[in-house]
Amino acid sequence: MNKKIKVIYYLNQFFGQIGGEEKADIPPRVEEGPVGPGNAINNALGDDAEIVKTIICGDTYFNENTEEAKNEVRKVLKEVKPDLVVAGPAFNAGRYGMACGGVAEVANEELNIPVISGLYPENPGYDMYKNYAYFVETSNSAAGMRDAIPNMVKLIKSFIEKDGELGRPVEEGYMPRNLRVNEFADKRGSKRAVEMLIKKINGKDFETEYPMPDFDRVDPEDPIENMADTKVALVTSGGIVPKGNPDRIESSSASKYGEYDISGFDGLTAESHETAHGGYDPVYANEDPDRVLPVDVMRDLEDEGIIGELHNKFYSTVGNGTSVANAKAYAQEIAEKLLGDGVQAVILTST
Amino acid sequence: MVKEIERAGLPVVHIATVVPISKTVGANRIVPAVAIPYPLGDPEKGKDKEKKIRRNIVEKGLKALKTDIDEQTVFEDE
Repeated sequence: MNKKIKVIYYLNQFFGQIGGEEKADIPPRVEEGPVGPGNAINNALGDDAEIVKTIICGDTYFNENTEEAKNEVRKVLKEVKPDLVVAGPAFNAGRYGMACGGVAEVANEELNIPVISGLYPENPGYDMYKNYAYFVETSNSAAGMRDAIPNMVKLIKSFIEKDGELGRPVEEGYMPRNLRVNEFADKRGSKRAVEMLIKKINGKDFETEYPMPDFDRVDPEDPIENMADTKVALVTSGGIVPKGNPDRIESSSASKYGEYDISGFDGLTAESHETAHGGYDPVYANEDPDRVLPVDVMRDLEDEGIIGELHNKFYSTVGNGTSVANAKAYAQEIAEKLLGDGVQAVILTST
Repeated sequence: MVKEIERAGLPVVHIATVVPISKTVGANRIVPAVAIPYPLGDPEKGKDKEKKIRRNIVEKGLKALKTDIDEQTVFEDE
């Protein structure tokens, strides 16, 4: 490819330099040329490529108004007809990763435009949209920007050099896309399989040609038969804590969860509780924490005999950027405590 | 978190704003919420109406907990 390729760049409100959570609800807007991290990418690509436009959209907007946001993105892509779309990197930011993936779906699935982005492997956007983009693996926070940008640039350069015919994930440095591609091998399948088996028997490393998909699903529990006799507990990843955040649960990448007593509370108020979550605009949750953890309604249901009892403790952590391993460990501990206290059903709220 | 609590033997309903994330993390009973900063409310509706919205969502959650399912199910408005 000798001509300079045209790139459209996608960013959220934060990296698009519009603002933080208070601007997360802005609809897509288009800027000429590169913005934010796009400048470094554009400079590094030099004469090979040019970011002609940048689309910036608030993370909350994209996730709450996905179809509208996609329509806007579609319009710009159809008008500009770029050779490549670059998005993020979004690290472990869930809403941003979902937005990068949503953009990739529009570009790649509908318009056949390849997409390069960067995500932390646990970002839900990767699992959901891995077919639609070449996702470079990044660290879990924006502190990894210094590595993420050169890695994305390297992949973009390789993409340009090879005219879009990128090699395998490990060779090129992107995460697997769950796609199978035909290629010619110099040894036939039976020989390759036996070679792998011998390596396996000898305890040596080998690379499977067909990794088994990881379906970690849990079968649904049996339903509750008699709600009026059931003890129900509230759990949230929305970061609701007593006012002052006594356990100092972190606003992102939480290293702990909290257990809080609500006996005697008919509901939560701005005076009694607040949110520790740093991944959404906290104004509404701080004004009335029942908007995230519905203690007021649960009390009414308890008084009316619709549920047997509201458990006198609730459990809370901050879902924002928290690793799957940590979330899993917290939930295992929480479940054990709930079972020990005779809880029979759980309502878990997420923002 | 939903998945681990359910794995331990407790039925869980996930009230979540971004339903695709809830599906990806493996929740089985899912009730869509209102908005990311206020999943169970709507500050523009006034106190009484807002509480009705919240009650409606929680009741949908209870209904989900009472429903026998075989696979991931999103309990939408009927």
